Amino acid sequence: MLYFSKLRILFITLFSLLFILIASSNLFNFDDGFFDKKINLGLDLQGGSYLLLEIDNAPVIEQKLQNLTTTIRNYFKDKDIKINNIKIDNQNIFFNVFDENKQSVIDIFQDENSDINPYYPRFKSHQLLIEDTGLNLKISFSKQGLISLKTSSQDQAIEIVRRRIDEVGTNEPNILKRGNNRILVELPGLDDPMRVKSLLGKTANLTFRFVTSDNNDSFGVEKLKYEDGIEEAIVSKRIIISGDNLLDAQPRMDTQNNQTIVSFSLDRVGAKRFGKATSAGIGKQLAIVLDGKIISAPVIRDTIASGSGQISGGFTFQTATDLALLLRSGALPAPLNIIEERTVGPDLGQDSINAGMIALAIGFLLVIIFMFIKYRIFGLITNVTLIINLFILLGILTLFEATLTLPGIAGIILTVGMAVDANVLIFERIKEELKDEKNNILAFDSGYTKSRTAIIDANITTLLAAIILFFMGSGPVKGFSVTLGVGIFTTLFSVYFIARLFTSIYVSRNRNKEKLI
Amino acid sequence: MIAFNKHYNLFNIFSTFLIVVSLLLLIFKGLNFGIDFKGGTLIELRSSDTKINVSSLRDKFSQMDLGDVSVKKFGNDIDYLIKFENKGDKKNIIKEIKTNLDKSFGNNFNFRRVENVGPKVSAELLKSGVIAISLSLAIMLFYIWIRFEWQFSLGAILALFHDVIVTLGVFSLFGLEINLSIIAAVLTIVGYSMNDTVVIFDRIRENLRKYSDIKIYELTNISINETLSRTIITSATTLLALLAIYLFGGEILKGFSLAMILGVVFGTYSSIYIANTVLVRLRVSQKTVLREEDNNN
Repeated sequence: MLYFSKLRILFITLFSLLFILIASSNLFNFDDGFFDKKINLGLDLQGGSYLLLEIDNAPVIEQKLQNLTTTIRNYFKDKDIKINNIKIDNQNIFFNVFDENKQSVIDIFQDENSDINPYYPRFKSHQLLIEDTGLNLKISFSKQGLISLKTSSQDQAIEIVRRRIDEVGTNEPNILKRGNNRILVELPGLDDPMRVKSLLGKTANLTFRFVTSDNNDSFGVEKLKYEDGIEEAIVSKRIIISGDNLLDAQPRMDTQNNQTIVSFSLDRVGAKRFGKATSAGIGKQLAIVLDGKIISAPVIRDTIASGSGQISGGFTFQTATDLALLLRSGALPAPLNIIEERTVGPDLGQDSINAGMIALAIGFLLVIIFMFIKYRIFGLITNVTLIINLFILLGILTLFEATLTLPGIAGIILTVGMAVDANVLIFERIKEELKDEKNNILAFDSGYTKSRTAIIDANITTLLAAIILFFMGSGPVKGFSVTLGVGIFTTLFSVYFIARLFTSIYVSRNRNKEKLI
Repeated sequence: MIAFNKHYNLFNIFSTFLIVVSLLLLIFKGLNFGIDFKGGTLIELRSSDTKINVSSLRDKFSQMDLGDVSVKKFGNDIDYLIKFENKGDKKNIIKEIKTNLDKSFGNNFNFRRVENVGPKVSAELLKSGVIAISLSLAIMLFYIWIRFEWQFSLGAILALFHDVIVTLGVFSLFGLEINLSIIAAVLTIVGYSMNDTVVIFDRIRENLRKYSDIKIYELTNISINETLSRTIITSATTLLALLAIYLFGGEILKGFSLAMILGVVFGTYSSIYIANTVLVRLRVSQKTVLREEDNNN
């Protein structure tokens, strides 16, 4: 166990130097692709926001079912099957048909080439399920149908979230899918988390609709509140133009009355419709509705054929900027709820880094002093190994550009405390062996051999705990499991290669010395 | 040689007492779950005005209609930790609080940290925390079962349960907060306790093969003594490192390092006084080890 070939010594030296060099790239700037890597600081250390958003798919499902009732009615009308009492209840559609038609309706829904019920051959499932309850027929989304609906609304939502966050101009945001109805947003170094939260919290569903007093509007009417929450108006459900028709929106200063407004321009279809509506509706009020609330309802004075217009509504510059941003980036397919938020201010992050580094330095120092007092020359060997171990650990974290969190720093400190364990096991074993064995080299050799199973066992147990934590833990805690887990490998390497190399050099030079350890 | 084995019975009674008290505490007093597991909002504030004190701040917060608000100092005189449960569907609660505070105290507060965990997420976090701990216990059980004879496994697992339960018992007794980092600490304790037990067990098994004439009662004591300096040194360096985190690592790591310190102390104790006594009570002998090896051959 004490013999080292020249090649091996070279390999160990190079390997250690390499990682020390990589670790040092955190301190210096190497103009080199390989060495110019840095450990990422977690949000808890550099400050920033972690937001977990959940998509509220209920309105999407409701809307889909609403559209589906129309489709069903029209489809069967062409087939001369009369659909009665069609209604939506609790995310199901119910309807009645005459008994003689029942089977053919069911067959149409269950046909793999069905026109109204898409079939997913990969999952061997239709989008919709049909069930004869006895009283009526019940249509509901199948499991697969629901999944594909959720995934598609998640795909749309993540795109819109990305656009909105890019517009705010945060550096290196991290936007990821979680499950099929969640979006994770990590925003490092954010100044104003409240603004981003309010931007993400809005669906930004914009519609232009006429204010009406006619309750018999063929599209139906609804009573909507103004932004102030007090005044109300009755608005037609007919949508003249919607947010989809917008090409651009910008905040502007209206020089005439010194008001902040949002000016917008429309695409061709939108411009055409807007022109038509404004020429037909001169004198009427056109309500600008955002997320079910009326921003303003100006009276149309002239035909607007240019395809551009403006929204005024008592905006401040900030609210106008945000509204323009929301309109430019488009509407979310469904409302988003922030179900988890963790925001750390930059100064707390810096304080945590400082505290972590002080704790690391002090912990390290205490362990080093303790080991030196206890083992003298072998303590020194352990300590040098410990320092190299720390660098290799940092080097590996740098190489993989791992994220260092506050618990991660704690993991490093803990690694320092536990790393001496393997060396202690070996040294204590050697001491015991020296009681019966007078030959120093043989005693050291068997000390290394006999302590091995205990060392391996001990490290595997810690590693298992770290692995579980890595898969089950979230955020900062994950950082702890990474440093703890990587620390085990670097510790074993430094104990069996570096410390053993030093030990072997020292023991071979002092092979005849008594009371070596 | 220290006669650890003389006190096996005494410490077995003591351990049983600790476990029973801890379990009673856990059942009747329960754990003080933080917002990670209970849901709610946490705000860490730093005031730049030294005239502001905790009671005036508490008064202000209780006027804000946030339900049950807890306002505490956090480590020093200028930092405060505010916690409350999420009530209803208030979306801009932080903004409201900021406006309110600015109105009454001037613009003197820095929002250093805001955490908000919804009920769904907290339930999920709790579930995954429980799964993580159970899974780690199960995996340790499995590992020790393939590495050692069943008597050893039982000893190690009892020691493990003891460490986890008693550590949680201390947290319950003092009403210390259980959050995500405590779960990390408990898992590390599981690893550490196992580590400590395995080192002694390894030696016991080695000694069982070596000496056929020494009774397990004596043999465990010999093995404990042989590994004692390692046990002390490793516990000492680990505790030194943890103490450094506890004292200098900042408020956020206090709970974590405290749990770990407790775990290391209990882990070291249980390796000696629980794991070993199980072997003694199960009358493990050389035959136990050799029979197993025969079966394997």
